[in-house]
This record gives sequence, structure tokens and C-alpha cells, in this order.
Amino acid sequence: MGIIKPNNPSSTLKDQCPVPPSSPEYEKATPITAPAPFNIMSDRLKNVSADEVTRRLQEETSDKGYILAKLDEVVAWAQAGSLWPMTFGLACCAVEMMQTAASRYDLDRIGTVFRPSPRQSDLMIVAGTLTNKMAPAFRKVYDQMAEPRYVLSMGSCANGGGYYHYSYAVTRGCDRIVPVDVYVPGCPPTAEALLYGIMLLQKKIRSQGTRMITR
Amino acid sequence: MAESLEQVYTTLKKQFASSILDVNREGFEMSVVVERSKIVDVLSYLRDQKDLVFKQLTDICGVDYLEREERFEVVYHLLSYKYNLRLRLKVTVDEENFVPSVSKVYSAANWYEREVWDLYGVKFEGHADLRRILTDYDFDGHPLRKDFPLTGYVEPRYDDEQKRVVYNPVKLPQEFRNFDFLSPWEGMTHDLMIPLPGDEKADDTKKTA
Repeated sequence: MGIIKPNNPSSTLKDQCPVPPSSPEYEKATPITAPAPFNIMSDRLKNVSADEVTRRLQEETSDKGYILAKLDEVVAWAQAGSLWPMTFGLACCAVEMMQTAASRYDLDRIGTVFRPSPRQSDLMIVAGTLTNKMAPAFRKVYDQMAEPRYVLSMGSCANGGGYYHYSYAVTRGCDRIVPVDVYVPGCPPTAEALLYGIMLLQKKIRSQGTRMITR
Repeated sequence: MAESLEQVYTTLKKQFASSILDVNREGFEMSVVVERSKIVDVLSYLRDQKDLVFKQLTDICGVDYLEREERFEVVYHLLSYKYNLRLRLKVTVDEENFVPSVSKVYSAANWYEREVWDLYGVKFEGHADLRRILTDYDFDGHPLRKDFPLTGYVEPRYDDEQKRVVYNPVKLPQEFRNFDFLSPWEGMTHDLMIPLPGDEKADDTKKTA
């Protein structure tokens, strides 16, 4: 795949146009103008491999020196690629969370770096049993996080009280205190499960866009 | 020099003959029930006596025997690292009366006594700071008492209008269930011949046939 020369409609359009240039409808379907601006976030790229996206991005930047995209899509893309979780380990799930961050699963290769400050984090991973005594403090930490913020509930205890569901001291689900985006089941969930949960959250952010305006 | 728990008991008996109510020896362990009012003297003696030196207070526990007249038992676990001996002392108390605080003898007793107070409601006389230590702020009741309901009385929830965590009476969507673990998967290998739930009629048909 060489670099495509600018104003060469045949090769650029081949990737984007649903009607192949060889067909008789081609003339009718495609207006004879400059190729449409290339939107890197467009739906056409949803099923394309990451390598292909990179290739097209390089083409665009080398051809024109700029890329066109929708702002909220770019923001959502940037947010999904740089989720900084608040370090909030409450019980044994925290050990599995650390394992996810350690060398084998290596969370920071997907841009997820633990940040021990609520002011500078985007995501809170509720890893463990949330007790009644902790609940107000937990809400306080959540309130200190800047928008847009996300919550991932990790493990049975955080999801619904789990083993301690009938206890006098345990909150039956952290969603009684804060809104939750992703629930990861398990007791504790494996590191893979947590990783998958974070990837689901990334998917959610990419598909729903940023929450900057809506919330 | 104390080489065995029997020797410890002999020394103790010599000093506090009238205050020792009961003794229980089992395996390598010994429990001595002493009079409540003498616990400070007994512990000071065990700590300071040259041939005993129970220098460490490992733990203080509470026990609730609901059927007894003096329903609570406070258990002191001691360790003499010089002679490698462990000793258990017990006192009994009810809801009204006080146990003398031993926090002046062992400073470790401070938090242990707070814990016993928090979970059982046993009152300690002469404790400098008898606050709750484990349960929630403004918690009502003493949760490890046998007459305390498992699920408690209140549960927290975030109130979006008041912008804070509020407490409501407990409302369980599913009643407490005592799992019998007699599912067809786990019960099949059960040693006792208890019929599985729902399988009771299966035996009857066998009998009639």
C-alpha cells in the first residue's frame, strides 16, 4: 500500500464508496467533485482493523496535513483511550485489581493508569465490600471527581452485597450510593474479567460519546 | 520459675484463692474463671510476678451466652514470652454491671475493650475513652449480641435531593434464606440419606410399587 496521491479519486473512493467505480451506476452515484472529507471516526471505519485506521490516518495527514472528525467523537475517543481510575480498593478484589495493573495484564497499555487522587481521575473502580461506614466517604470521593466520571463496580460485594448481602454492616450494592456504568461479576473477578469490564466501558464511551454536555 | 500451666495455676491459687471460681484445662490450654472485681489485681500480678511475666495481652474477647443469668463473658488472652506460656482468663458480667478496665495494666486493652463494648455492650469501669470503634457512626445496638437481628435496623442510600447519604429502615427485596446446599448437584454425594428437596415423593412411589 503506497501513499495515495491527492486528487486521485479512483483509489481514494474505492475505499469509501459503496458503488465500485467499474459499475454503470458509478457515474450516477458519485458526484464528480473532490472526494468527501475523510472522517476518521465515521461509521465506515467501525469494522476496520486498527492497522487500517492507522494507515488511512497516515494517508490523510501526509496528503492534506489535517484530519476531519466530529469533535465529540474525537473527545470520546481521547477519553476512552485515557481512563485514569481512582485507586479505590476496599477488599480482596483490590488484589485482583492490582494484578490487572501489573505486568501480565498491564492496564496502562490501554491508557489506564491508577491515579491516587479523585480530582484527576475519570473512573472509579469499586473493588471490594462497601460497608455502611464507608458509604458517606465513598460518596464524598465520587463527588470530588471531575465530570465526566465513570464508575465500575467490581465483584459480588460491590454489585449487590454478595456474600454479605444480609449483613447489618454492608451496603447492598454500591449503586445505592453512586450511579454505576459497568458491573463486573465474580468473587473476585479475574484480572481478565476486570480488563474486559474496562474495555466494555471504553466501548460505551466510544458509542455514547462524551458526557460533558449531557450530565 | 513457671515451666507449665499447672505451676502458673498453683502460684495463682496461692495468691488469689478466694477469687478463682473455676478452672478448665484442655490439651495445652488453660482457662481460669476469676471474680470480676479482682481482674485488675490478677492481671497486674500475672504481669509483674518474676516467675510468670505474662507481658503481653494478646486479645480480649466477648461472648454472649443468652441463656445464662450473667449473659456476657469477657475473655483475656495472655502470653508470657519468657516462659512460652499462654493463659486464658474469664470473667462474667450482665448488661447492667461494669467490668473494671484493665487498660491501666495493659495499654493494649484500650482498643480491645472498646471493641467489646461496641459489639456486645459490655461496660468497662475506668476506661478513659469508651467509644465505639468498629461499627458505623451513630450505630444503634450491639451487633454481636445473640438478640441482635442479622440484617440490623437501617441501611444507607444516597438521597439526590438532600445530596447526602441517608439511612432508611431495612427493606430486603429477598427474605433471608438459610441455604441448605442440598441441590441435586451437591446433595447427591451427601453421606446422610436426606431426601433432596422435591424428591420426598419419589420414595413413596417406590414403596407403593
